[in-house]
Amino acid sequence: MPEKMNIVEAINAALHDELENDEDVLMYGEDVGEDGGVFRATKDLQEEFGEKRCFSSPLAESGIVGTAIGMSLYGKRPVPEIQFSGFSYLAFHQIKEHAARFRTRTRGTKEVPLTVRAPYGGGINALEHHCESPESYFAHAQGLHVVIPSNPQDAYSLLRKSIQLDDPVVFLEPKQTYRAFKEEVERDPDAAELESSKVIEEGKDVTLVAWGAMVPVAEEAAETIDADVEIIDLRTIYPTDFDTVIESVKKTGRCAIVHEAPKTGGFGAEIAARINEQAILHLEAPVERIAAPDVPYPLYSLEDYYMPDENQVKKGLENVLEF
Amino acid sequence: MMAANQVYEGAIKRIEVMAQDEESSLEKDQLHEIYRQMILARKFDEKAFKLQRRGEVSTYAPHKGQEASQIGAVFAMNDDDWMVPSFRETAAYIARGAPLDKLFQRWMGDARGQKDLENDLPVAIPVGTQNLHAVGIGMAMSFDEEEKAVVGFTGDGSTSEGDFHEALNFSGVFDAHSVIVVQNNQYAISMPVEKQTNAETIAQKALAYGIEGIQVDGNDVLAVIEAMNEALEKARNGEPVLLEAVTYRLEDHTTSDDSTRYRDEQEVEEWKEHDPILRLKDYLKENDQWDESLEEYEEKAEEKINEAANKAMEVEDPEMEEMFEYVYKEMPDLLKKDKKELEEVEK
Ligand SMILES: Cc1ncc(C[n+]2csc(CCOP(=O)(O)OP(=O)(O)O)c2C)c(N)n1
Repeated sequence: MPEKMNIVEAINAALHDELENDEDVLMYGEDVGEDGGVFRATKDLQEEFGEKRCFSSPLAESGIVGTAIGMSLYGKRPVPEIQFSGFSYLAFHQIKEHAARFRTRTRGTKEVPLTVRAPYGGGINALEHHCESPESYFAHAQGLHVVIPSNPQDAYSLLRKSIQLDDPVVFLEPKQTYRAFKEEVERDPDAAELESSKVIEEGKDVTLVAWGAMVPVAEEAAETIDADVEIIDLRTIYPTDFDTVIESVKKTGRCAIVHEAPKTGGFGAEIAARINEQAILHLEAPVERIAAPDVPYPLYSLEDYYMPDENQVKKGLENVLEF
Repeated sequence: MMAANQVYEGAIKRIEVMAQDEESSLEKDQLHEIYRQMILARKFDEKAFKLQRRGEVSTYAPHKGQEASQIGAVFAMNDDDWMVPSFRETAAYIARGAPLDKLFQRWMGDARGQKDLENDLPVAIPVGTQNLHAVGIGMAMSFDEEEKAVVGFTGDGSTSEGDFHEALNFSGVFDAHSVIVVQNNQYAISMPVEKQTNAETIAQKALAYGIEGIQVDGNDVLAVIEAMNEALEKARNGEPVLLEAVTYRLEDHTTSDDSTRYRDEQEVEEWKEHDPILRLKDYLKENDQWDESLEEYEEKAEEKINEAANKAMEVEDPEMEEMFEYVYKEMPDLLKKDKKELEEVEK
């Protein structure tokens, strides 16, 4: 029976169902236990599953992820939470140089089935470092999966798939849309696949690629213009399903990409480069990137300028269509 | 008695055996086995150096002088305990039973040599970061209420890294079954321990985390075993331990280093007198436990080491596929394409 949930409720449900599904699954992080995490993603889990399965840990990101690596090498399936992705850099070394490399380092004899969860992205009038979009950093770490859901069903299914995966995952949760809307969620992990992006709206004039909290923005912008827009939710940043994007561009001949991270070195650059390599003769216009400017995420009185909005996406689409 | 205005008082115990003229409770054949392992490890070190000079090994991190700390620690462990080494623990691997040819193969830049032993992690190069893995393993042992322990090795320089402190903190908070052994070999490349920290001992850092700290004469293998027995017993009960083994690196930091630039010869000469192998030999002689067969073992050890090195040198370099094979459990399409492209260019 499908239930109506928002994204954070879907995440809570996925965590609950994995705790139930596999006794090796456990989760910890700052304020994750009694408090249920600052966004309540782990709400009530400690009560139901006990302090050994869901608990608060000292305030130390490298410590949280580093010990989770040790636990996973020993056979556990930890799902540590980093309170905000802007603080994940304190654990970056553990994620990139250790979690992502143990399989290679041990020639496949040891694995790190770890899922690091972190709320990411801006738009909530927060403090400095509470708004970052670090997906490109993690996408450049070979051996990791980097997953970003944009809706409750994907959040539920992709999180369960991530936890079940025998490889490390960085699971970034778009906190701006955590509670923005509800949707029917089937409690079925197979309702979404890792390593696969999804055409959420078919169209023939232009391809619009988005992920996370930019997906609703893309959808709204597409409605305001007089063109048939094909919208792709990338869902899994890495290993990337470029094929779905390339297929779409071959059909539409035009492409715009929207993301929250700054333009230079943002993941949009990688997508544009792949289109260049694999579909350039199909292009009717240069690939357009709608992204944040190359400045640090500003304090919130300026964040509306910083984050791509419906107008910017609309303008970007027009540029591609009118080229 | 604590003074009225004091809130905490702690102390660090130092364990010595040979210097105290104490007798070990170990059997003669155990002592001989330890001596043989130390000789074997020393011969490995010498061979690896030669191979580096001949260009067969690119960089090697010698353990000469630290055999007692490493082999003593491993001797106290059980097979089902786990070991989390750093990068200078070749003697520890040897004592854990790692195949000698594989150890050479790894130093020769072939990752197939580092396919790990079941309960031991592979070499960790980023200084100090592996301590968290040791503590994570120790936390899992604690959660599962298992009577096992994990032994992590780290260096004096690594104690300045944040991960070292996070590891000690987590170990105490979560009753991890872990013993973190700091081999204080006096230098982190050129940095002497006096400049690394203003603390008088490294063991005392344990006190800040509410765990036990022990210092041991790290060149006295019998003291290391005694200290480790105590530490492991505590760790198995969920009381993690920080153990500082005071020792000395008799060689350069690695084969690319020149230690004469930062330490004087006299200092090295003085420490040579405390060479852990000589000390065990003297101890055995003084206690009528020496056996001429131990003298003869040197030749046998050298043969073993040469055989292993030759075996490693004969191994063909890995195929290009090796690079792609173990990045993910299932190779993603992206990697398959990369691999195919590379194959086509290399053809
Ligand atoms: C995080 C990190 N920083 C720097 C280095 C380069 N490096 C390799 S060994 C070393 C010194 C380590 O000293 P110590 O912890 O005392 O161990 P020892 O070499 O004495 O065994 C340094 C700086 C490294 N490997 N990792």
